[in-house]
Amino acid sequence: MSTVTTPDTAPAPAPTQSSSQRSSTSRFTEAAANYIDERTSISGVVKEFGRKIFPDHWSFMLGEVALYSFVVILLTGTFLTFFFQASMAEVVYNGSYVPLKGVEMSTAMSSTLNISFDVRGGLLIRQIHHWAALTFIAAIGIHMLRIYFTGAFRKPRELNWVIGFILFILALAEGFTGYSLPDDLLSGNGLRIIDGLIKGLPVVGTWISFLLFGGEFPGTDIVGRLYSLHILLLPAILAVMLALHLVFVVVHKHTQWSGPGQTKDNVVGSPILPMFAAKAGGFFFIVFGVIALMGTFFTINPIWNYGPYDPSPVSAGTQPDWYIGFADGALRLIPPGLEFELWNRTWSFNIIIPVLILTGLIVAVLVYPFIEAWITGDKREHHLLDRPRNAPTRTAIGVAGVLFYAALWGAASSDLIATHFQLSIEGVIHVNQALLVLGPIIGYLVTKRVCLALQKKDREIALHGFESGRIVRLPGGEYIEVHQPVDEYERWKLVDYNDYQPLMIRPNAQGKITAVQRFRAGMSRWFFEDRIAPVSPKEIERGGHH
Amino acid sequence: MARKGSAANRRHPLATVALIAIGLMFTGGGYALFSSTATAETNTASQTTIDEGKKLFAANCASCHGLDLQGTGAGPSLLGVGAASVDFQVGTGRMPMAMQGPQAMQKTPQFTADDTKALAAYVASLSPGPAVPDDSLLDGKGDASNGAELFRINCAMCHNVAGAGGALTEGKFAPALTGVAAVHIYEAMVTGPQNMPVFNDKNLSPEDKRDVITYLKYIEKNPSPGGYELGSLGPVAEGLFVWIFGLGAIVALTVWLTAKSN
Repeated sequence: MSTVTTPDTAPAPAPTQSSSQRSSTSRFTEAAANYIDERTSISGVVKEFGRKIFPDHWSFMLGEVALYSFVVILLTGTFLTFFFQASMAEVVYNGSYVPLKGVEMSTAMSSTLNISFDVRGGLLIRQIHHWAALTFIAAIGIHMLRIYFTGAFRKPRELNWVIGFILFILALAEGFTGYSLPDDLLSGNGLRIIDGLIKGLPVVGTWISFLLFGGEFPGTDIVGRLYSLHILLLPAILAVMLALHLVFVVVHKHTQWSGPGQTKDNVVGSPILPMFAAKAGGFFFIVFGVIALMGTFFTINPIWNYGPYDPSPVSAGTQPDWYIGFADGALRLIPPGLEFELWNRTWSFNIIIPVLILTGLIVAVLVYPFIEAWITGDKREHHLLDRPRNAPTRTAIGVAGVLFYAALWGAASSDLIATHFQLSIEGVIHVNQALLVLGPIIGYLVTKRVCLALQKKDREIALHGFESGRIVRLPGGEYIEVHQPVDEYERWKLVDYNDYQPLMIRPNAQGKITAVQRFRAGMSRWFFEDRIAPVSPKEIERGGHH
Repeated sequence: MARKGSAANRRHPLATVALIAIGLMFTGGGYALFSSTATAETNTASQTTIDEGKKLFAANCASCHGLDLQGTGAGPSLLGVGAASVDFQVGTGRMPMAMQGPQAMQKTPQFTADDTKALAAYVASLSPGPAVPDDSLLDGKGDASNGAELFRINCAMCHNVAGAGGALTEGKFAPALTGVAAVHIYEAMVTGPQNMPVFNDKNLSPEDKRDVITYLKYIEKNPSPGGYELGSLGPVAEGLFVWIFGLGAIVALTVWLTAKSN
């Protein structure tokens, strides 16, 4: 860019010189590009990636937020590894923080305190790292919600949904291992809960726990092991999956909203090079900036308050970071007394039931695209997004899932809800238990009805226009409100969506109707029985005149 | 027979009971004397103060606690609670209670410092109990490190490691300790108000209590080096913050970036 503009501003008496300069620099660029391309064939990749089109919609940038916060995590995390020592050897702290002076603690804890108080900029980087981790997983969460509610997981993108969900689980694992590293009271209590969770698994629990901790909890191995996972194994897998995820995004092309000129065969937006890359670069710094501001002004995980881990004290308000909250909530909501004695052994179901429910939830989210594809029998490729209202059953299922998660999540903070709203903690737990069951049911029914109502409204507007607020008196004395028709561009949005029909039960080659088919037809009926058909062109033609 | 009878007659039928009663009185009294000498200081309050306190007590407290501190169905006996307890409960506004509830709520004290002192003197004059601690134990110049460790082990499970408070059962709660006067912290440890256990001087020596106060005053006076504490409530506050303000800001920015100019 600058090489082209400099000659224009160069002094007038030397035109020949400037043109020769231009040709020499462009010749150099050409030669360099050619040199590299001949040896790497990179032009194909640049063409493919550089011409990838990104449509403009705010919700398409949520995945980017996750990506950028991951970059922030990598940068700050690398800094932290220079100073963190993942050892549980006992030392006496003698750093700058007065209320911990002379206290015995592990090297891990003391090195984290040194990062916080004695390494220049250490506390800032630590806090940015932690805030970025919280932002990372939250961004993945809303990115997934966006994908789900717009139906962007449909063919051909099912596998990328699976990869993305695995990334989410990896991020949870990264978060939890990181939370446990400083070996402060909070992280030790968190590990104790995980230890209890593992030991609650029937038969194998104790063995797994001893394997993980290298003996009885807490042992002297766990921090070192978690550190290997946290900085080596998990980030490596995460990076590979992330690369795969992005390659798939390029291969599949980006989805877009339906609109005039935006069809399933094209993508309307700006190409990566140069427009989008510039925008994205700027956006990276915006995300980094927001996270850095949080790290600067807001304390996160003040390990100096928690002190070194010691199995006896547990602080009030001991909670996991938000993304593990749903699991903590499940343990709080399970009713007591789910155990009996048989053959001289106590058979406890207090842990295994929540674990199974959560596993079921995770697996259901993982395979949802395949379930929906099977129910709808839809084998077409989809590159246009659904507005959530145009897939009422899917949207309702999503809301039910969100409410189920929210009830578990809220339960993890039951004690703080109790103190801050002056309620009794038992009451909070019981309300949450009720919400866990009733919330999804009510949420499902209400959402489905709301979606259908919104579709009806869209239909009404597409056909009759919107109310203009202008009241006209006709010669006969009748008053009417003038309805203003929507313009073509607006209408497109209202009418362009897929109309599904419930699957018909058809006999197979042997002339039989199998139970599986019956079930599938039943599911399909449940999915599509209540539906509002999109307005057809014919109806629009007749629209105003009836 | 006769000898036996005479032997039996030699002792009064109630002699055994009387002996046990005397024994108990000696051991119990001795114990009370011993344990109360550690805390109960000599009552220096003048008789006029006590009389003043008696009047205040009869007018404001007796309906629940009884005219002779013996307690009623509505309130416990105050015999043996000591001046420390009165100073804490009245001085923090918990007593007189505004209403019955899961626990007495803190509010603006209803009595002046002098009135509180008079009430405390009156209650202490009727039976011995823990006294208001000496100022030397409240100066906050003890060992913060020892205090922090004691606090984590003994107090943090209810009050949270940073003294931010926490939930108990049935709507009761451990209050936040920020902004609580050193004297009230000490009295609470000695008397165990409401659901709090008593930390007597054998459990936590007066010096230990001083260290705990030192730690609490240290974290009160030294704000978190990491910036605003978000109530020191831990991961829940952090999660709420990142979702509402962190992600909220970022999503608002994405909307702004992709907005079309009008």
